[in-house]
Amino acid sequence: MMGHLILRVVIKLLFAPILLFGLYVQFHGDYGPGGGFQAGVIFASAFILFALGFGLKETQKHLPPTVLPFFMVFGLLLYALTGVLGLFMGGNFLDYYVLAPDSHHNAGQHIGIILVEFGVGVAVFSAMMTIFYFFAGREPEIHDADW
Amino acid sequence: MDFFAQLPALPVVVPFVAAPMALLMPPGRIPWLWAVLVSWVSFGLSLLLLEQVWVNGPVTYAMGGWAAPLGIIYYIDLANALVLSLVTGIAAVVFPYAYNSVRDEINHGQTPGFYTALLLCLAGLIGVTMTGDAFNVFVFLEVSSLATYTLVAMGAGRDRRALTAAFNYLVMGTIGATFFVIGIGLLYQATGTLNMLDLHERLAGQDNRLVKAAFAFIITGLGLKLAMLPLHLWLPPAYTYAPSAITAFLAATATKVAVYIMLRFLFTVFGFDFPFLKVALDFFLVLGIAGMFIASLAAVFQDDVKMLLAYSSVAQIGYMLLGISLGTVDGVAASLIHVVNHAFIKAALFMAVGIVVLRLGSHQLRAFQGLATRMPWTSWGIVVAGLSLVGVPATVGFVSKFALLSAVFAKGGTMEIIAGFLILASSLLAVIYMMRVIKVMLQPVPTDGPFAGPVAAPPLTMRLMLWIMVGVNIYFGLQAQPVIAIAQKAAATLLGVDSGEAF
Repeated sequence: MMGHLILRVVIKLLFAPILLFGLYVQFHGDYGPGGGFQAGVIFASAFILFALGFGLKETQKHLPPTVLPFFMVFGLLLYALTGVLGLFMGGNFLDYYVLAPDSHHNAGQHIGIILVEFGVGVAVFSAMMTIFYFFAGREPEIHDADW
Repeated sequence: MDFFAQLPALPVVVPFVAAPMALLMPPGRIPWLWAVLVSWVSFGLSLLLLEQVWVNGPVTYAMGGWAAPLGIIYYIDLANALVLSLVTGIAAVVFPYAYNSVRDEINHGQTPGFYTALLLCLAGLIGVTMTGDAFNVFVFLEVSSLATYTLVAMGAGRDRRALTAAFNYLVMGTIGATFFVIGIGLLYQATGTLNMLDLHERLAGQDNRLVKAAFAFIITGLGLKLAMLPLHLWLPPAYTYAPSAITAFLAATATKVAVYIMLRFLFTVFGFDFPFLKVALDFFLVLGIAGMFIASLAAVFQDDVKMLLAYSSVAQIGYMLLGISLGTVDGVAASLIHVVNHAFIKAALFMAVGIVVLRLGSHQLRAFQGLATRMPWTSWGIVVAGLSLVGVPATVGFVSKFALLSAVFAKGGTMEIIAGFLILASSLLAVIYMMRVIKVMLQPVPTDGPFAGPVAAPPLTMRLMLWIMVGVNIYFGLQAQPVIAIAQKAAATLLGVDSGEAF
């Protein structure tokens, strides 16, 4: 327990900045390098780092695997429904101009891409965590009965 | 929202939005009902689109309002619309069929995930057929392929070999997709565009190594995806160990969509101006004939009916390649007709096998012993679809073989004449392997062994859907004109005989 003390302290120190960096990459993605995919991976990497130091059980106490499908579906639907919203507001699928048609600064495009990228970020984060949980939680050996 | 203006986007948007919703539904009947509903809506939309394209000519749809060539456009002409209607039509029949078979083969808790993957696969296949953007093809190809790997692996509940089959398929399919995207990248470097029609214009007159390499990469990558003969090894195990409904769906759609993309790249993107095209077409002639014989011969010696039919699918790809290799309107039309008709045939056959698997728990040939007395309706389905596979008149198989033969003899070269007789010879191989199955079915019901004892009647929905598919085989065998007319016109558009006003 004490052998991991330094690691655990460092992980606790790093945890919040990694999340913050993930959010920065997420919401700065429409101006600079970044975007939902990278942000989702960075965000997930904070939790994976936590799991490496504190164990799978402890991580799953804070982020239960049962909520991850909801995140995945939410992310994917946010993307798709933003596109569908464009349809219903009179544009083509994924047309963001119609979200704020009167703006001179193409605000519709910003709204659209932020919503879509946020959807991507959430979906990628939950997919990464699901993959990690499945690999980390795998039974170490396959029993004879399973073959 | 103007419905008809938005129609070209809807067939892909509907399943794509519906797929994640299925994941949150309670396991069991509800996700299935949802998937069925979505498949029917998509089929309806596809038919509307087909009608629109037939009446008004090609439809263009700019995703997000970004015009071509910068934006991603959906460009739908008759070739797309035909394959699109085929894919959604097969889905509309196979999805209702799936319920009982899935309940039997898939872990109850996994059903929402199963139908999510199924809908994603459908959305991907639809996307591939509709898009007019070369990179978008790759994206949707991967959406459908990744969903497919998952679906094949879900056969592990019944047979653990599904896992190795799925992994094999994953590796081969990914190599294919990588080759394809490398080819696209090279084309992008050569032309600076990804729009298919724009690519065609900018490739005109280019005949350098870069473009040739791109062509080779794309053809090889697609060859892997459509199980062209030396690259077909992933297909038989994947089809054999996948859940029954998945096999029926994939056999009728996945390789067919790959054939369509092959046609699109050969003729719309590269076209006859590209001197290297001739090399590929000559190559296809040889590979097509080799596929017809080698895969059919392999099918003759299989003791597993699903494996037998899977090898037969590889052989049928050979006929499609042969049609493409002619490079004539008739040849490409015959290839398209065979894409459609073979989808009907194989869907019916694999659906029948799925019913046998449900009741007898095996797709070994031995399990079919006495099937004619045990399950007369299913047996008749296998017989009729089998005759259709062989190419007996009054079935769709005859229509496509006839179209292919006429195209071959119309071309009239020595190689082509020989190929024509080889088509007839390879049909005899189909007679042999289908007769093997039918012969076993006609034997008396086994009195001992694992397949003895009474068998409950198959569920009504499964039989009904099987017979709808068998009925389609007969109906379009007798009323061949609609499919032939659409395929002829589609082929003429693909080969640029009456195109030009593309944008």
